[in-house]
Amino acid sequence: MKMDEETVEGIEVDLLLEALRRRYGYDFRSYARATVERRVRQFLSEMSVASIADAIPRLLHDESFAITLMQHFSISVTEMFRDPEVYHVLRSAVVPLLKTYPHVKVWHAGCATGEEVYSMAILLREEGLYERATIFGTDFNDAALQSAKAGIYPLQKIQEFTKNYQRAGGRRSFADYYHADYDSALIDSALKRRVTFANHNLVTDTVFGEMTLILCRNVMIYFNQELRARALRLFTESLVRGGFLCIGTREDLTFSEVVDAYEVVDAKARIYKKKAA
Amino acid sequence: MNTSRTHRAAVIGGSAGGLEALGALVVALGEGCPLVLVAVLHVHRTSSVALVAQSLSARGSIVVSEARDKEQARPGQLYLAPPDYHLLIERDGGLALSVDAKVRWARPSIDVLFESAARAFGKELIGVILSGANDDGSDGMAAIKRFGGLTLAQDPASALHAMMPLSAIERGVVERVAPIEGIAAILRARSGATEVER
Ligand SMILES: C[S@@+](CC[C@H](N)C(=O)[O-])C[C@H]1O[C@@H](n2cnc3c(N)ncnc32)[C@H](O)[C@@H]1O
Repeated sequence: MKMDEETVEGIEVDLLLEALRRRYGYDFRSYARATVERRVRQFLSEMSVASIADAIPRLLHDESFAITLMQHFSISVTEMFRDPEVYHVLRSAVVPLLKTYPHVKVWHAGCATGEEVYSMAILLREEGLYERATIFGTDFNDAALQSAKAGIYPLQKIQEFTKNYQRAGGRRSFADYYHADYDSALIDSALKRRVTFANHNLVTDTVFGEMTLILCRNVMIYFNQELRARALRLFTESLVRGGFLCIGTREDLTFSEVVDAYEVVDAKARIYKKKAA
Repeated sequence: MNTSRTHRAAVIGGSAGGLEALGALVVALGEGCPLVLVAVLHVHRTSSVALVAQSLSARGSIVVSEARDKEQARPGQLYLAPPDYHLLIERDGGLALSVDAKVRWARPSIDVLFESAARAFGKELIGVILSGANDDGSDGMAAIKRFGGLTLAQDPASALHAMMPLSAIERGVVERVAPIEGIAAILRARSGATEVER
């Protein structure tokens, strides 16, 4: 029987994902498929494995091989003050309302290596909210969380971060927030004091209670419709009434089942407010 | 009359001079073209692709829009990758965005779009490389060819920047080289919109 090469490749990827799930508990079947396949191909070429089928027995018997693959699936590309205009809106439209709370709990779901979390810490500090805030950064990639905790970034990225910071309406000199050390920038330890990083998997873990503001940006873009719906339900349950949800600038609440639970704060910045009832 | 629809989709890539070429292609497609059309142009991360889409829409009868994540791509419409996101096509014809690392300095990357489309549409796909001053797209064209699709490049002599079509041609992964009007004629013929290929 003749079968198209692309169809066979699809079957191989199915089998690989099944092996990863049954052997290690990581379930990528509900991820956007085209990107998953791309990352599998990338992984194979980096590890010099000839075919997807060849990777499956190795995956089953070699845990470090599996962890490397899992990290490929998590590609944690991020930056400080990514989409500066979003931070602008957070400052002007969300912060004034956060100021009415005695205590503010912020959750960054899918925080990758922490740049977004420290950006928030800076913003809250400049707005006088930091001392009554608790900021959580979660991800399912332990290696990324380790970097996040360390808060050490390549110095060559600082120029871009600084530009973003200024465009985001930063009030001071960005150099106040890090210490340069050879070719690294260390995040100022004061910005870590109210920050906690923890492992949380949006596929399998549950509610992360009583948040005032949840940011989940550029994570659900990698999920299929069902998984995205699951994550959105989880965020809606984790938010206090009147709490805020901020998603990626090319992500969408419009066609989701939770859309009615929110009012729009700023459509372009993708910031929503959970309704009272 | 002998119309035959052999292809379902075309992916288009361009960089410097690519917008001009894509504009000319939209005009040359005239009444339209019942293929799913998806394009990556290298643009600055702060530029507005929505505005580009508007002005392209005004030039012909094809509806042009910025691609939205998880949107179903429809025939006869042209989707453009948003700035700073990769654009991929799922096997079910859905569009998917990603913020994965740049591929050879580009995001959106033509290779990323083409490689996903090659798997989604197999031999029913046409790949088109337009003007550009780098070699993004050559790997993608190779993938399209490998999965049985048709590969076209803008005639380098007619492109504002020849390097992009040239590098695909030199890789040996381009089946036909044509100026914009010729590319439009092939797209229309392969989509079943016209009977003969010029
Ligand atoms: C592109 S990064 C986004 C980082 C940051 N929020 C931003 O927008 O710059 C995506 C992150 O989502 C994480 N992620 C993917 N699937 C996840 C899951 N099921 N649970 C938790 N985190 C996940 C990845 O590990 C990765 O670090």
